[in-house]
Amino acid sequence: MSKPIDNQTVKFYQTGTLTVGNRLLDPEQRTVQASAERTNAITCGHRACQGCGEALGARYALDAAMRATDGQLICVNATGCLEVFTTPYPETSWQVSWLHSLFGNAAAVASGVAAAQRVKKRPQVRVIAQGGDGGTTDIGFGCLSGMFERNDDVLYICYDNEGYMNTGVQRSSATPGGARTATTPAVGEAPGNVFGTGKNVPLIAMAHNIPYVATASVADLHDLEAKATKAMSIRGARYLHVMVPCPLGWGSAAHDTIKLARLAMESGFFPLFEAEHGVVTSSRAIRRKVPVIEYLKPQKRFAHLFKPDNPHGSEALARLQAQADENCRRFNLLRDEGAV
Amino acid sequence: MLKQIEGSHAMAEAIALCRPEVICAYPITPQTHIVEGLAEMVRDGHLNDCEYINVESEFAALSVGIGSSAAGARTYTATSSQGLLFMMEAVYNASGLGLPIVMTLGNRAIGAPINIWNDHSDAMSVRDAGWIMLFAETNQEAVDLHIQAFKLAEELSCPVMVNVDGFILTHAVERVDIPSQEQVDAFLPPFDPVQSVDPAKPMSIGAMVGPEAFMEVRYLAHHKQMRALERIPAMAEEYKAIFGRESGGLIRSYRCEDAETVVVAMGSVIGTLKDMVDEMREAGAKIGVVSICSFRPFPLDDVRQALLDAHRVVVVEKALAVGMGGVLASHVRMALRGHPTRVYTLIAGLGGRPILKSSLKDFMARAAAEPHYDVHFLDLKEDLVSAEIRRMDAVRRAGPIAENVLRRLGPNAQTVL
Repeated sequence: MSKPIDNQTVKFYQTGTLTVGNRLLDPEQRTVQASAERTNAITCGHRACQGCGEALGARYALDAAMRATDGQLICVNATGCLEVFTTPYPETSWQVSWLHSLFGNAAAVASGVAAAQRVKKRPQVRVIAQGGDGGTTDIGFGCLSGMFERNDDVLYICYDNEGYMNTGVQRSSATPGGARTATTPAVGEAPGNVFGTGKNVPLIAMAHNIPYVATASVADLHDLEAKATKAMSIRGARYLHVMVPCPLGWGSAAHDTIKLARLAMESGFFPLFEAEHGVVTSSRAIRRKVPVIEYLKPQKRFAHLFKPDNPHGSEALARLQAQADENCRRFNLLRDEGAV
Repeated sequence: MLKQIEGSHAMAEAIALCRPEVICAYPITPQTHIVEGLAEMVRDGHLNDCEYINVESEFAALSVGIGSSAAGARTYTATSSQGLLFMMEAVYNASGLGLPIVMTLGNRAIGAPINIWNDHSDAMSVRDAGWIMLFAETNQEAVDLHIQAFKLAEELSCPVMVNVDGFILTHAVERVDIPSQEQVDAFLPPFDPVQSVDPAKPMSIGAMVGPEAFMEVRYLAHHKQMRALERIPAMAEEYKAIFGRESGGLIRSYRCEDAETVVVAMGSVIGTLKDMVDEMREAGAKIGVVSICSFRPFPLDDVRQALLDAHRVVVVEKALAVGMGGVLASHVRMALRGHPTRVYTLIAGLGGRPILKSSLKDFMARAAAEPHYDVHFLDLKEDLVSAEIRRMDAVRRAGPIAENVLRRLGPNAQTVL
């Protein structure tokens, strides 16, 4: 005898994949991209590399924000890959009002755009600033912190591919320990990026006590859409940090972008969480924790860690594993939630 | 309305009359009183419909201004010296994007050595940044130029920098006629941007431009400045018609008829020079002054016409192009190219050194005998300089120059001259 349908647990994904059972969801929960009404904030024909995580992340985040604001959106872009590959003069991929000024000032420019909306009494027009990790965690950090502390009505989205990919893969303060970049070459005593360096901007954003901070990943696009949507329902400074693998910079296969993002998430190396006013309010539990090496191994930037003749390889891998374990503890990622 | 008022507060009142919609403020001496004055007016309700934003740096100040201006709001900010250098990337960006931001530059020296006093080093560092650069001679003109600046900026969609001498103007209390709101409204129409980010009509602003069109985009920036050459004098006329005052324009000549020596300068030092000219004329010297109000665009033709009949031209300038000499003097030589007039470069007033009428008169009296191709320094303490040069030549670890020079001055270090 089968159970009545209203008692049946609806699973949002199938085992082993994260495919969203879109048709099983309530209409308002269905993914924005599945809708014929989506705005195509970034149209096809841009010049991102094959497998670019940033193009994907930006597309999902912005289309969700466009829907959440009924199209009343202005986008400010920092210099970087996303800016370059979308606007080779005189072409543009942007179907949304879009403004690019400099590498390090996207948050401040967005503050100005938001101020103009206030003074022009257009509260319905919302503002997003976006940039890569270089433009966010390094050169744009002062302006970002200023926008946060003033609690300006801006959502800042960082697409984190853990390095300066547009200029040829150099280290940023978001590059993980051990990773090979053009400025942290895999040679010498301690090959790759120095351990114990770098900064965690989502946590720093939380320290500003802003209304909303979240991390997201292109491995879970439905979650990314939901967070972008939620961010647009809140006034004040908001921060969304999205992990976007970069096949070029990471030395990974173009078809592995989603897989790597998922492994980063499922190993605990990149935790997904939300915080409101400085307090963590939710995190995305890991269903089956995978060892960090499964995430690292398909990436050439970590290849030197696996070489038998590297005396520091195993120590480096252990440190990376310890970081993932610490994330699991800190954000309570390994809790047993049972069936959703 | 006539007021006995500090220059900075007079400028703040003039800016408020222009109905700015976004003001970005970051403190730096000597412009600080301007943004303080505006903060008060926004808070007490004198200035309505205006967003006043305290930012975390000058780079952010102009970046916020870029955003608000690109979104169609009339935008104002102010800075000085190191602040201007810190926002340099945004200075070029604002003009490159063609955003009609008005910014006051309270002119001040640039370190090291750190020095908060007046000269034109800061302005000269952005002379090629694509901004229209106007220099005020008095606080009355500073008030008038700000009102003209908004109109000029918005007509041409080009940022305008109003230069006012730090302390000498910004902190001087004197009589200033503050226009009425009706007069300003009659002169300055509401901001109607040529471009703006607006969800109702999406466009991309700030695209990458490669070799195929970059030169043309830069040429069009130059074209705007050339158009400003026509608009600036016309605007001064329109201003006079409503406000009844001569203010602005490209250049102004003072007692230059039959002058054998003409002194060229910018900013508040013109006042001293006019006094000097009056006294020297009394004594029978044939001397006059040309003041440059518009440094960018630089009015080559007007300057040439004004100087053609002079035997010698002395350019008094408050900036030193280290390793080269004068900046303004190079411009004047360009204006006089092919003409035999002798052009002297007289560097004066660096880091707030007072420019004394007596010293100027001494130089003018002996100018004819001086080599005109050299760079001259007014009131340079030559004994101090040569002693330090000897020390540097003799000792490898000669130490920091600034401290050495101050130590040599000893108890006299606090006396400026």
